[in-house]
Amino acid sequence: MVHLREMPDHLREALVNQELPEYGDTPWVTPKPLNECRVALISTAGLHRREDAPFTPGSGDYRIIPDDYDMDQLVMSHLSTNFDRSGFYQDVNTSFPFDRLRELADEGVIGSVASRHYSFMGATPPTVMEPIARDLAKVLKADNVDAVALVPV
Amino acid sequence: MSGLAHYLEDEGIATTAIALIRKHAEEIKPPRALAVPFELGRPLGAPNEPDFQRRVLRDLLELLEQESGPVLEDFPDDAPGAVVEQEGWACPVNFAAPLADMSDEELLAQTLLQEISLLKPWYEESKQIRGGRTNFGISGLAPEDTPAFFAALVVHREDTPSPIADKPLPLAFKQAADDMRYYYMEAAIARPDNRVSDLEIGNWLWGETTLGKVLVEIRNWAMESENPGFKALAPSGMVPTHQRYRTKHG
Repeated sequence: MVHLREMPDHLREALVNQELPEYGDTPWVTPKPLNECRVALISTAGLHRREDAPFTPGSGDYRIIPDDYDMDQLVMSHLSTNFDRSGFYQDVNTSFPFDRLRELADEGVIGSVASRHYSFMGATPPTVMEPIARDLAKVLKADNVDAVALVPV
Repeated sequence: MSGLAHYLEDEGIATTAIALIRKHAEEIKPPRALAVPFELGRPLGAPNEPDFQRRVLRDLLELLEQESGPVLEDFPDDAPGAVVEQEGWACPVNFAAPLADMSDEELLAQTLLQEISLLKPWYEESKQIRGGRTNFGISGLAPEDTPAFFAALVVHREDTPSPIADKPLPLAFKQAADDMRYYYMEAAIARPDNRVSDLEIGNWLWGETTLGKVLVEIRNWAMESENPGFKALAPSGMVPTHQRYRTKHG
């Protein structure tokens, strides 16, 4: 149902045609060859460890997901009511493909998996997220991360 | 999501992003994006389809090999099982019709508690099948604590005291309501072979359970409330778009 093409017209139009912020020119970084890249996942599904504080409206902050955490214990406290959660419940990798990333590292497609991954809660105004995201880039560099895969819901 | 890509790349980290809404990626122009034709909430396509998920992730990561951008590519295939609606899905528990009269607080709380008790063995079964996994527990309230809280909200509205010491009432309600929706959903899809869509679960929860009726009732007054927390939450934070036709304000 929440597939875009199955949504009622007016809802799909409102979602697809919502006003978006301007970001200016697209920045570009040429990374290392993929098979040497250390990759981190960044989700906007509002995921966190069970023991972490749930997300609250408009906060723009993130939660750290360490690579040695039992990913089956991740929970989702995203505030939106408008996306499917049954897929995530049946298999974490539906929205946080950590096992798949590991496999691609084992196969040599990527160099390695970062020691820390991150989750934001999407639908936060970008102006709130900007300083936090810029600081996060420094943390990623300190962890020798070359590239991130951004995974929304 | 694509906004994050701009900030991170600008600080020197290469990014590649899944886009569930292609038009947004066209407009925001993140450095690298893979548009996928999947349901919102399922960026890798489908649960328990590791080969398919790996293909999506691999295609996403291989965008990092492009020499210049912005790059926007399309993943070519629909998610497995996405189009086939399985017939015959039914919640394991048959409930009586949802309570029609919502004015008796005690009866309402009792009815909700009974519903939760009927679902409990299926919730536990579901959790056990998935190795102890559950998304229930965001609010910190036990399932059995929520009926009295929700019944009070129906009858006393904003004057209900928050049951969680350090959380304002609207946030306590939001987290408890999300918890209970997880509880019902997890119970309803206890059988692991059960492919069920978000719409089927929604139609059941919002159309056939007392919890659904109670949440609609709370949304109805919240839309007219002067309380800033409820005012902010009510339009889109309480009822999914595909179930809003059941509410007074749509």
